[in-house]
Amino acid sequence: MVQLTLPKNSRIRTGKTWPKPHGATNLRKFQIYRWNPDTGENPSVDTYFVDMDTCGPMVLDALIKIKTEIDPTLTFRRSCREGICGSCAMNIDGINTLACIYGLDEIKGDVKIYPLPHLSVVKDLIPDLTHWYAQHASIQPWLETKTNRPQKEWRQSIEDRKKLDGLYECVMCACCSTACPSYWWNSDRFLGPAALLHAYRWIVDSRDEATGERLDALEDPFKLYRCHTIMNCTKTCPKGLNPAKAISEIKKLMVNRQV
Amino acid sequence: MPAPKPVERPLSPFMLGQYYRFQMTSVSSLLTRITGNALIGSAILLVIWLIGAASGPETFARVDGFMTSWFGDLLFTLSLLGIWYHYLAGLRHFIFDAGRGMDIETAEKLGWVCIIGSVVLTILTIIIV
Repeated sequence: MVQLTLPKNSRIRTGKTWPKPHGATNLRKFQIYRWNPDTGENPSVDTYFVDMDTCGPMVLDALIKIKTEIDPTLTFRRSCREGICGSCAMNIDGINTLACIYGLDEIKGDVKIYPLPHLSVVKDLIPDLTHWYAQHASIQPWLETKTNRPQKEWRQSIEDRKKLDGLYECVMCACCSTACPSYWWNSDRFLGPAALLHAYRWIVDSRDEATGERLDALEDPFKLYRCHTIMNCTKTCPKGLNPAKAISEIKKLMVNRQV
Repeated sequence: MPAPKPVERPLSPFMLGQYYRFQMTSVSSLLTRITGNALIGSAILLVIWLIGAASGPETFARVDGFMTSWFGDLLFTLSLLGIWYHYLAGLRHFIFDAGRGMDIETAEKLGWVCIIGSVVLTILTIIIV
């Protein structure tokens, strides 16, 4: 269902303004979403000031600096700091992206950071992705075969392997799904761009022998067809992939197998 | 120790414009929805006009008076803009459904074509009709 406001327990209060670091001359203001499950209070937006002269170039550098020097309670996921693990996905400056590869110089004015949109919040910038992972599992992201196992590996021609380019690079950060208005409002039944991109990755894999079953499983007014080609997913993908195109290819295969 | 009380987790903010930036991708889609729904209203207006015409000269004069007033003109001009936009957006989706124009650059360009095109076509229609 279309929903335009936040539920009562999710409305955002003005939070704490943390003291400015001493002696810093090049300060930048950060406004960061906070929610602590232990207090039972509504979420808030805290204000921090970061000394840019001693801060790294990426949004994640600033977050780590805040956690180290100003407020150790600030909670967020991060790991590889080079855009390959997909952990530090969050809503930065009004778009979903990875904090580790998004430059602070790409943002005008104050830096506003929220968790990925329309998910339940575990703490601060950490959303609950349980349902999203379950949807990924539901498309069976593994090779399905019926013929006898070959003696060595399952072979694939160079041309067929090329069909997986632009699909296999997905780092499962969930930026695309949570950028999709259709997913915000129908995520209970719509699989969302990330799961559908993975579904297509296995559908086009020349070695996979369950293409028909995979398409059958997606032939559903919600699972696949809640995609209305808005393309917010492609617009926001921090890896430059095109989930909207992948979904469109699935829709085309659905039509093709009927004619 | 008593079991901790389960907490109701908040929903992270999502609203377009306020928390998620307006982009051509979402705006063009939103406009398609808005014009599509508004055009239902326009169709009803048109039907009321026809019902007026079918119910005799006095009723028609009253209905026609409203429809051709400045406010009626405004409503129908906006409907015209809506129908042109919705038409062009429909064509854009035909292209998408064929799997074409699905890179961001082309999709955004086509979005602008819909918006600017609908304004231009509306002005042309007003000049011609």
